[in-house]
Amino acid sequence: MKTDIRVALVGNPNTGKSTLFNVLTGLNQKIGNFPGVTVDKKTGYCILPDGRRAEIIDLPGTYSLYPKSQDESIVFSVLADESNTLKPDLVVVILDASNLKRNLLLYTQVADLKIPVIIALNMIDLANKAGTTIDIDLFAKKLGVPVVPISARKIEGIDKLKTAISYANKIALQEESIDVEAIAPNLIAQIQKELKVENPYFALQLAHQHETLKFLSAKENDTIESLEQEFSFHSQKAQGTETIARYSFINDLLYDTVKKPETAQDESTSNKIDKILTHKVFGFILFFAILLFMFQAIFSWSAYPMELIADLFVWIQDNLHHLLPAGPLASLLVDGVIGGLSGVMVFIPQIAILFAFISILEDTGYMSRVTFMMDKLMRKVGLNGKSVVPLIGGFACAVPSIMSTRTIENWKDRMITIMVTPLVTCSARLPIYTLLIALVVPNRNIWWIFNLQGLALTGMYIFSLVSAVVVAFVFKLILKGRERGYFIMELPVYRMPRWKNVAYSMYERVKTFIMRAGTVIIAISIILWVLASYGPGNRFEQIDKKYQQPQYIKTLNHDEINKAKASEKLESSYAGVLGHVIEPAIRPLGFDWKIGIALITSFAAREVFVGTMATIYSVNGSAEKMESVQQKMHTATNPQTGQPVFTLAVGFSLMMFYAFAMQCASTVAVVYRETKNWRWPAIQFAYMAVLAYVASFIAYHLLK
Amino acid sequence: MRLSQLLAGEKGIVKEFTDLEMSVKLMEMGCLPGEEVCVERIAPLGDPIAINVAGYSLSLRKREAFTIVLH
Repeated sequence: MKTDIRVALVGNPNTGKSTLFNVLTGLNQKIGNFPGVTVDKKTGYCILPDGRRAEIIDLPGTYSLYPKSQDESIVFSVLADESNTLKPDLVVVILDASNLKRNLLLYTQVADLKIPVIIALNMIDLANKAGTTIDIDLFAKKLGVPVVPISARKIEGIDKLKTAISYANKIALQEESIDVEAIAPNLIAQIQKELKVENPYFALQLAHQHETLKFLSAKENDTIESLEQEFSFHSQKAQGTETIARYSFINDLLYDTVKKPETAQDESTSNKIDKILTHKVFGFILFFAILLFMFQAIFSWSAYPMELIADLFVWIQDNLHHLLPAGPLASLLVDGVIGGLSGVMVFIPQIAILFAFISILEDTGYMSRVTFMMDKLMRKVGLNGKSVVPLIGGFACAVPSIMSTRTIENWKDRMITIMVTPLVTCSARLPIYTLLIALVVPNRNIWWIFNLQGLALTGMYIFSLVSAVVVAFVFKLILKGRERGYFIMELPVYRMPRWKNVAYSMYERVKTFIMRAGTVIIAISIILWVLASYGPGNRFEQIDKKYQQPQYIKTLNHDEINKAKASEKLESSYAGVLGHVIEPAIRPLGFDWKIGIALITSFAAREVFVGTMATIYSVNGSAEKMESVQQKMHTATNPQTGQPVFTLAVGFSLMMFYAFAMQCASTVAVVYRETKNWRWPAIQFAYMAVLAYVASFIAYHLLK
Repeated sequence: MRLSQLLAGEKGIVKEFTDLEMSVKLMEMGCLPGEEVCVERIAPLGDPIAINVAGYSLSLRKREAFTIVLH
């Protein structure tokens, strides 16, 4: 569809920018990527009062045009790059009316780029309530731009903002804020001349950021570099000078236009809440109580919808089996693709609930307090307070958690967090643990209240956190930091969660999960299906022939023959052959070739393990038949020794293997996307494989 | 006197910075020379600290607070 005007939303974090974006665009939004980088690009449409269509781009929240993270660096490239197809016609700068001073720094920078600007003065209701009066007319006059007071939360002033957007000028009319040329007079003039740049502030930003800007050619880069040498330009010093000049302009502006109450204010509500939430004792107790509640909710609330999804897929598979003519193509579609998809889709409820919790915790401002409380502890092991969020998220799924590490500015901290997050017990490991624990751990209580099976499961969860911390510490010693870590972070005031934002974020995350993980799973499940459905030579035909012989047809019924056939076919399939091939390697861990097949099929997704076990032990694999999978596995004996296969030692050895091994193609893919280098997923895969083998080996030989 | 030496509830005026890189980041966040800062609270494990500056709460590590010299 046609776009009449392109509008970019720019503002500090916690100013209600995404709320405004949601209010303006509603559900007419989509998430893509900015070209060349993995930063989420949120765009949407809004119809203006004059009937024109405005495309709205939500740029990442930032305190200034000098980026501190990958997400922030996108802001300057989008605003300034003439050749960028996203270059906006108009910028709406969102300012938090109760914190104008810091918010105005970014405004003056954007204004100096001489792009047409409108100011949306958000949270004006809160500022008024606190007794702050703003002379909006004078404020607008001094800056030379339209200023629209709004409250995005209460949806007030939005129509006026839309009107202001439709009346916006095509040329920038804002007043100068500071004398940009005075910061580096000769350098700016030379860059303007040699790179044919009109705007002096753009030229100065080029000098600061040229090394990371993708739109500059190598030649332009060299020109800037040599000019910097010539005029001995010092980036940080120049930035300091600029910031001081801007704040002096802002102080003058606010002195004339904003009146704050003289008397000392009462202690703020946020401060009172913080006294409890970051208390030495209650702070930690509350944090763990919230975590506990979250896990309870993730597992108990999702049980019913997960069953529904599983049933839906079974229903689809059943119907397709009847509808489609039997043959390899139908089998590939029904058993391979749909079967594989159901394995992923089943996790949607857990992911939705996890993200609802995380976005509530972030929206209320509590997450930054957790970061504040845990930073010292996390730093000891080479992580960062901000690593707490992905690590907690890892209990549900490593994929979105690794995406959430972008908030960690420090490169080394972020890499270590990415490297250890997949160690945390994710929801895909849960079915494996429950199956194996039920199999090898007796169901009885010790010390009256503790159920042994429950203890074993809790133990696996705690074990995963401990191993993540230990591995992080090792990486801390190995990795060399490129930059100094710092932890300068705003603690936003506590607010009620905005339920609409929570719903949007749930919807977005689930959609991203399906698109990203879904495609990989489909590809892998097709490959696995081929491996498990075909065998070398004419072995399959021979099996078919074998079961047509009278001794089988007479003694066994139809179902039993099919099960026996399926089981034997699996053994002679390529997957079965592979299982036999790797048997010598996994024998020291206590695994036989059948477990080998399950290891191979669950190579791309752990949850496939239970399904494979069900097939191998010739039972129809589904949740309600879990009992029988267990029973079959329980009675399975080793043909050579006559001993049961699943002993305590084998059970724990397998659990150790799944605790450590990187059996997840989606995680490998997302680590590559986030690090943009195959080395990282490769290192991660290798270290996790080594740990898995060693831990399994130790567990098997200790318990044997 | 350094910012890191203040106890919870104590105030001071920023005089200068001892670290250029840190100063650029702090000034961007509104923590400039001449600005009043107040230590709101110290994290339960003794680090980082939360300060009130320019009307909002900012958290920073003690090592970072040490680079801020007060009047």
